[in-house]
Order: sequence, then structure tokens, then C-alpha cells
Amino acid sequence: MAVTTPPPSDAEFTRVRSTATAGSGKNLLEVKALKMHFPLTQGIIFQRQVGAVRAVDGIDFFVEKGETLGLVGESGCGKSTTGRAILQLYKPTAGAVVFDGVELTKLGGEQMRKMRRRLQMIFQDPYASLNPRMTVGNIIGEPLEVHNLAKGHEKTERVQELLRVVGLNPYFTNRYPHEFSGGQRQRIGIARALAVEPEFIVCDEPISALDVSIQAQVINLLEELQDRFKLTYLFIAHDLSVVRHISDRVAVMYLGKIVELADRVDLYERPLHPYSQALLSAVPIPDPAVESKRKRIILTGDVPSPVNPPSGCRFHTRCWKAQQICSEVDPEFIEHEPRHWAACHFPGA
Amino acid sequence: MAQQLLDVKDLHTQFFTRDGVVHAVDGVTFHLEAGETLGLVGESGCGKSVTALSLMRLIPQPPGRITEGSIVFDGQDVLKMDDDEVRGIRGNNIAMIFQDPMTSLNPVLTISRQISEALELHLKMDKSEARKRTIELLDLVGIPSAKKRLDDYPHQFSGGMRQRVMIAMALSCNPKLILADEPTTALDVTIQAQILDLLKNLAREFRTAFILITHDLGVVAGMTQRIHVMYGGKIVEKADTAELFANPKMPYTWGLLRSIPRLDEHRKAKLVPIEGLPPDLIAPPPGCRFEPRCQYRRDVCKEKEPELKRIPNAKPDHEARCWGTQEGGWLVDTDWHREIGDTRVIEEIKKEVADLPAETKKDGEEPPLPPPSPVN
Repeated sequence: MAVTTPPPSDAEFTRVRSTATAGSGKNLLEVKALKMHFPLTQGIIFQRQVGAVRAVDGIDFFVEKGETLGLVGESGCGKSTTGRAILQLYKPTAGAVVFDGVELTKLGGEQMRKMRRRLQMIFQDPYASLNPRMTVGNIIGEPLEVHNLAKGHEKTERVQELLRVVGLNPYFTNRYPHEFSGGQRQRIGIARALAVEPEFIVCDEPISALDVSIQAQVINLLEELQDRFKLTYLFIAHDLSVVRHISDRVAVMYLGKIVELADRVDLYERPLHPYSQALLSAVPIPDPAVESKRKRIILTGDVPSPVNPPSGCRFHTRCWKAQQICSEVDPEFIEHEPRHWAACHFPGA
Repeated sequence: MAQQLLDVKDLHTQFFTRDGVVHAVDGVTFHLEAGETLGLVGESGCGKSVTALSLMRLIPQPPGRITEGSIVFDGQDVLKMDDDEVRGIRGNNIAMIFQDPMTSLNPVLTISRQISEALELHLKMDKSEARKRTIELLDLVGIPSAKKRLDDYPHQFSGGMRQRVMIAMALSCNPKLILADEPTTALDVTIQAQILDLLKNLAREFRTAFILITHDLGVVAGMTQRIHVMYGGKIVEKADTAELFANPKMPYTWGLLRSIPRLDEHRKAKLVPIEGLPPDLIAPPPGCRFEPRCQYRRDVCKEKEPELKRIPNAKPDHEARCWGTQEGGWLVDTDWHREIGDTRVIEEIKKEVADLPAETKKDGEEPPLPPPSPVN
């Protein structure tokens, strides 16, 4: 799995390569200076662009083969947009997405369509992501047909096999999504993603819409499938305890930027960025004895608008450590410890 | 008894739908003292929100109906009141904070209108008084420059700020009881921490009783004095908060605690989920509601429903609805951390779910006629 990173084309790339995407040979996915801006327009006939929602504003990271990278952050921080921009469901404004040596942003429609066999997605809402007019067999079988992987009897067999893999009865093929519960639907969504035998799956909040007692079932299923099919996950979620459980490495996003990226243990035990620290301290723990002793960092205010984010460090408006420099200079995303990156002028405790 | 603010006895709330009668709340009994904070925990569909709505008589009718039971609030039976009397209590003595601050505020009225409405109605304040009090309330819940934001519309506020407005509205008439239905579920963690902190301080300051309804055991752990766990329309375990987490006595509670990863613990290799699916409340299981998903089950669980009873090896006010943990049961001494039950039974449950016909719906059947309501 040799990865050929394209030569750095400009100064920005050189900087990027020296930080977060220092490519080791086993990176399956590399994201470089990725930007995704959505234009804001005014006017009825002549639409003038008056600004942009900077949903993702220059992020760098890599995902190694076989690992799970967790992506956490509050709603509106750009984590789902990142997932979609990687799969080219949005056309990124700038930056590069390199999957197994292929630069996805430069691929044409047909080439990308072929590529999608290797990159799949599991969506958040199992109620909205399955077509209510298609049977389960058609939903799971469609990707097989689109990619010419199986037809006729073979397809039926494959669909039944997939249903078995995700823990559903293989004879459900003729049923419609509304006949299933949320957890079962999420399993159908997972089966659909698995149908084309992908290498990389973006899991976009796959358990947020499920009941507490069902969440663990789906997490365990995702883990089993990863072992069995050697999958690589980008796991997007806002629940920090779940992300800790499932991820090997974790990236924390705030307002369109990754503020910290580290191995799971490092991030949860020694968070460097104040935002990660606040986020971790805000998670309630189901134990009254622990809860009564914990010191919470309570952030004031709300997340600023991504239309005109704060100058300098985007977190400085809510940060208790902020000083003059924070509002002036955007801190660089630097490797403070081996494999532990953070973007902060005053990292650490 | 004189101390009790709220006394709910054998409450049954049902919904009469085309597919049959949904037993959403099926015999719920609990009480609440003045100034106390009670947690009502359970998954979606377990009847916790319907319980709260029943307390305020806000069940949409039809299809819903409170068919049995009594709700005594401050010495008066809410179910025997006429509509005017109930209106006098709603918002005045019992207030509610809803889950979704995006949809529970009226988008075409300014927030000052929405808060002062209750003040003018219940406390008979005039406009300027009500306005002054509204500013105080908004200050109290931590809305910056409240005076300026008074005439803003809900869409001009963020989610966390809207939830603060909801809380201000709930507090406006100094209610004796506030029902908070998943007050932080729609919010981000950092905002959730803000709101929980605010609620905690308010409860302390005003000695208001709270019923906190949530699916998140983490949220109730730091907020409440007592917790009731609900499953399938029934309360399955009652205990004070410390006791419930230290010494839970119901396999469903064990399952909940085991299935969520905790930030302060070592990462487990594998989560232990509760297998199976939540019960269908149209045709609930005949025995214990949790029996179809319970890895500790025995034959008796399927045949007879256990009562909510005091249990051995626990504090006196700790009650659970389980044959296994009650006097003489087979789970009395079980260490729930280690003994996760019979793996054969777990496989059985998985298989049952995989084979379960997800929904057996008969079309064209007439909805059953609702019985006359005891309300009014």
C-alpha cells in the first residue's frame, strides 16, 4: 500500500507536510489544508456573494490503514462537512484529499464513481437515509448493481449474506424500512455500506439517533465488522465517551478547525488545548460519588458564527487562558509531543 | 403525608390508535416532597415524557386518555379539576421545560411577550410590572444584556440561550414544581454543562421541586436526590441517587450502566449491550416487561409480573420490580459487574430479535373505542 504524496505545490503544502500529515507509508487517507466554504448570496436574479460560511477552514490530518480516527466537536463545528468533503459529496473549496495515493478532488465524475466503491458512508439518521419506497433487498442490492458486482440470484444471495452479517434475519429482503426499529434500520444502513466491500467508511454520528440500550449493540457491531473486514473508520460523533471507546486516535474540532489531534490515551489523559479540556470536563459521569467531586470548566457564551469567525485563535472568545496574542495570531497546528498535535499558544495544563 | 407536594398513584395513560391501545404509562406510582429533585430515567418510548404530560393534563385527547389513577398535587387531585382550575395550575404552580427549545417557543412573538403572558395571567401584573419582572428573570438565567434583548424574537437566540429563556419562563410564577423533560438533550456538551449548572443553582436558591426526565444517567447522577428508572411504561426501580449507582437491583439498570462507556474508567475491550428491542406497548410481554431482553431470566419471569417491592441487601427505600433480586430470588447476591448472565440466553435473545417479525400490522381494522375518561 505505497502512498505517493503529490509534491508540495506551494508554501502552504510544505508547512502542512511538516506538521500533521507527515506521511508514514501506511496512511490510507491524507487530508491537506482542506477548506469547505458555503457561499452566502443576496439578490433574487443576480446572486451576489456577500460572504461565506467557513464550515471547514483549513484542516490537516491523516488516517492510517485499519485504524479508527474519531472526530469530535459541537454541532456546527464542521465535523460532518469534513466527512462529506472527503467523500466528495461536497466539492471542497480548497485543499487536497488523498486516498491511497489518489487525489480525489481532481478526479472526474466517472472516476470518482468507481472510487466510491472503496469509500462508503453510514449516516446519522436511520429514518431519513433509507428510501421508504424501496425494499431492504433493493436498498442493499443497489450498490451491487451500480458497481456491477452481482446480479440476479447471486445478488439475492449476497444481500442475504449481508443481512446475516449485521445481525438481521436474511429473509427480511422483501420488507420496507418502516417495518423496522431505529436500531434495525441502522443495521440496514451498515449492510448497504458494506455491500461493495469498502476499505474506508465515514461513520457520521451513526448512533446519535438510537436509544441508549441499542447504541452499544451498534458500536459492538461496527467493531466486529472492522476486525472482520479490515475496515478503516472515520468516526464522527459528539459523544466523547463513545469516541474514546471506539477510536485509536481522536481529533477535536472547533469552528472549522482541528484544535487537537492525538492518540486516544494522550488526548483523554493529557489534553493540551483548553477547548479539549473544557469539553472533557463537561461530560457528565454516571456516578454521583465522582460527580460531586469533579471540577467542571464551564465555558461562557456560545460558539461564534462561522460566517465571521473571531480573529486569531477562534477559541479566544471563550477561553479562560486567552491573552493579547490569542486574538491577534492564529496559533499553528504543531506537534507538541510525538503524535500529539495542538493549535494553541499556551498548550498544557 | 402533609409534606408531600405531589402524590401520583397508579397512573395509567393510554393512546387509542388504529393499531391498538398503547399502554404508554401503565400503573405508575410515586411521590415527591417539596424542594426535592427527582430523576425519571428511561429510553425513548418508556413513558417518561407521557408521565410528565399527564401530570399537567397535557395529553392530547384524543387519541390519548388518562384512564386510571390519581395525581394529588398540593392536596388537590389534578384529575378531578375542571379545565379552568387546571389552567390555574399550569405555569403557575407546575411549570415545564421542554426538550426542544427550537420548537417550544412561539416564533412570531417576542420573548418578553411570551414570558410576561404568564405573569399577567397568573400574577395579575400590569404590563410595566411584568416587563420589569421579565428583565429580572432573564438576568437570573444568565442572558447577557437582558434589557436589550427583551424585544428580540426566538430565532435571534442560540439553542442554549433559548433554553435559558424557557427556564426563565418556567420560573416566572415561582412554581412549586418544575418538570424538565430532557432539558439538555438538544444541546451541546459545553452548553449542557452551563444549563445543568444553572438548574442546580436555581433549585438550591428557590427550593423548587424538580422532576428531571432524561435518558442520560450521567445527567441525573449529579443533579438529583432520588431516581426512578422506567421501562415499558412502568417504574422498574426506585432508589436514592447514591444507592442506585452503587447498588442497582434490576437487570435493566445493570444493562444501562454496563452499556455506556464511561470517561473516567479504563476503556473496556467490549461493551456489554442490552440485546433485543424495547417492548411493544400495544401488546406488552405478559410477565416482566424486561423478560424478553433479560439474560438472567427464568420461567417465572415470563409467567407472572413482579411487583415493585423492597429488596434484600439494599437500603429500606430501595425498590425493584424483579423476581430475581426480590426476597428469595436467584439474583440477590449477584455481583452485576462480573456476572453478566448466561451466554446461551444472550445468544437466544439475539436470535429472537433477528427472527422477530418487526411489526405485524393488520390494516383496515377499526380502532378500539376509548372508554369514558375519569377526567372531569
